[in-house]
Amino acid sequence: MSTSGPTLARQLGRAEAKARLKSFGLVAPLLVFILASFALPIATLLVRSVHNPEVAAALPATAAALQIWDGARLPDEAAFGALAQDLLTAPEDALSRAASRFNSDLPGGRALLLLTARALKASKDAPSRARFVQIDPRWGEQQVWVQLGVALEVWTAKNFVTAMDYRYDENRAVVAQPREKQLYVTLFLRTLWVAGAVTLLCLVLGYPLAYVLAQAPQRLSNILMIFVLLPFWTSLIVRTTSWIVLLQDHGPINDMLLALGLIDDKSRLALIYNATGTLIAMTHILLPFMVLPLYSVMRGIPPTLTRAALSLGAPPFLAFLRVFLPLSVPGIAAGSLLVFILALGYYITPALVGGLSGELYSNQIAFHMQSSLNWGLASALSVILLSAVIGFYFVYMRIIGAEGLRLT
Amino acid sequence: MMARALTLYAGLVLFFLVAPLLVIVPLSFSAEPYFTFTPAMLSLDPDGYSLRWYEAVLSNPAWLRALSNSLLIGIASTLLATSLGTLAALGLQRRDLPLRGLITGILISPLVVPIIIAAAGMYFFYSQIGLTGSLLGLVLAHTALGTPFVVITVSATLSGFDWTLPRAAASLGADPVTAFFRVTLPLILPGVISGALFAFATSFDEVVMVLFLGGPEQRTIPRQIWTGIREEISPAILAVATILVLLSGLLLVAVELLRRRAEALRTIANLNAA
Repeated sequence: MSTSGPTLARQLGRAEAKARLKSFGLVAPLLVFILASFALPIATLLVRSVHNPEVAAALPATAAALQIWDGARLPDEAAFGALAQDLLTAPEDALSRAASRFNSDLPGGRALLLLTARALKASKDAPSRARFVQIDPRWGEQQVWVQLGVALEVWTAKNFVTAMDYRYDENRAVVAQPREKQLYVTLFLRTLWVAGAVTLLCLVLGYPLAYVLAQAPQRLSNILMIFVLLPFWTSLIVRTTSWIVLLQDHGPINDMLLALGLIDDKSRLALIYNATGTLIAMTHILLPFMVLPLYSVMRGIPPTLTRAALSLGAPPFLAFLRVFLPLSVPGIAAGSLLVFILALGYYITPALVGGLSGELYSNQIAFHMQSSLNWGLASALSVILLSAVIGFYFVYMRIIGAEGLRLT
Repeated sequence: MMARALTLYAGLVLFFLVAPLLVIVPLSFSAEPYFTFTPAMLSLDPDGYSLRWYEAVLSNPAWLRALSNSLLIGIASTLLATSLGTLAALGLQRRDLPLRGLITGILISPLVVPIIIAAAGMYFFYSQIGLTGSLLGLVLAHTALGTPFVVITVSATLSGFDWTLPRAAASLGADPVTAFFRVTLPLILPGVISGALFAFATSFDEVVMVLFLGGPEQRTIPRQIWTGIREEISPAILAVATILVLLSGLLLVAVELLRRRAEALRTIANLNAA
């Protein structure tokens, strides 16, 4: 007995460890796949938001010369000489890449660098400060050199400075953007606001619906659930198309209001390409994500509890308020958090029906990815949005857990 | 009185959910190149309706090409997502798996990470290893997006699973692989198929990854609709949209039947246990 006890425990422990390892082996392929094909690419955004090697690679002598520049007045002749040397010797494609990057630090910076390089190559004059200013007077401006200094930083906080609506002034101090240029913080707050409003609308529409479905006989609610699930299964882009059709100036909604005499032809409601369009379409698209967890929690509430409250003399509304509502809170939390998290990152619907005033944070990321090609800023905005989403996702997993995600 | 008002309200919400999907159906049969109901359509004049947009779609090589791309990417990513996701769901059944919460969080994350961020990250990463502008890149991206659905549905099915059954198979001499394919898999099949249908629907619907990672050769149906909405608004899009609504109806009925079957199996298992 005294010897077999510990041995048995050890054997059991070993068997358990082996079984755990086997379970881990089942999870491992997907875990490796998600880490390599999904998580790692997203992690590279984190690096890209602070890493900016292109300009320094093309202009190494300038980078060295500006290291010792005090930034208080224009750089000395040595810095101009270094820049001339870089512009004359840098390979064509490296210079072009660097010029494109510089353009996001200084509007017109791409042309400034490339045209200066071309002018230097064409003339025999010795490159000097006077020669630079003669080619383009902007070389005599301290702000231009500050921006060049910022662009030359290999590891930089500049994208986050921009994303927080700050900028570098002519003394290279970080100062707030002028009010009319403040964009990203406002947009972030608007995105939070829209996501909150959509969540609230989904709750107001979805709670009574889930309640009625949960009280209905199983057979009937099974049939009615199809109405909830059909939009859930329908392609997002198809649902967005439907809303474009419905909400347009000459669409069915405006036509109907016109026929009812509620509006006249000149005062058709602007329902699309603005924040209204984004709100309506997003609420419709996310509503099933609210109804499904609510319904699933409400079905699990024993009807006897409410009946007990009623039999003890509680008026129906009080019975609902004191008994049913508290028991349905897990469904409210699960549905609201899910809708809010999904709404924060919405892109397709605001891009197609939102116009300018209905634009969300994701749309700015897409703009900098595809149009302005300011990939550093796009990465910084992504890091900010992702942090917010992960924060709420963490709360979701903590209080609800993966088991709360019901899809059918 | 109160109850009737509540029922009416619920009815209106159901109407709000479904009506927008149905409004495009008659418009897709319009005889005119407009997105609105013409007077002829409203007076139910047969001449106001036509099949011209369906013909336009079916005779347009761009749409047919998009269909074959969508099917190819959809089927390949569904097969990958379903096998990886089912294995992972089986492994996640062990409650004492080390870092189980963190691992689950990572596996489900493609469902909640904003699509534009995933697409941006994948664009940079995949272009470095030459996977942009290829079907393979899109298959990998869509697989990642589809796996959370498989993990969730299969896990839900497994939560009511009777683990004595594969053990019985093992005691009768079946090796683990045989026990899985002959005992476990048939029992959890409804959940696996539901997950696969979710994964397929996700891929078939996805447009942002295609915008970022795909070239002109990899255009899919949602990508064609996207271009259609942004550039030339024609009822041909509505014809495609109508077909897609019909398809989602079919998928929905399939998943609903599978869910009931899984529920029935669970009830039988519980009865046996009792």
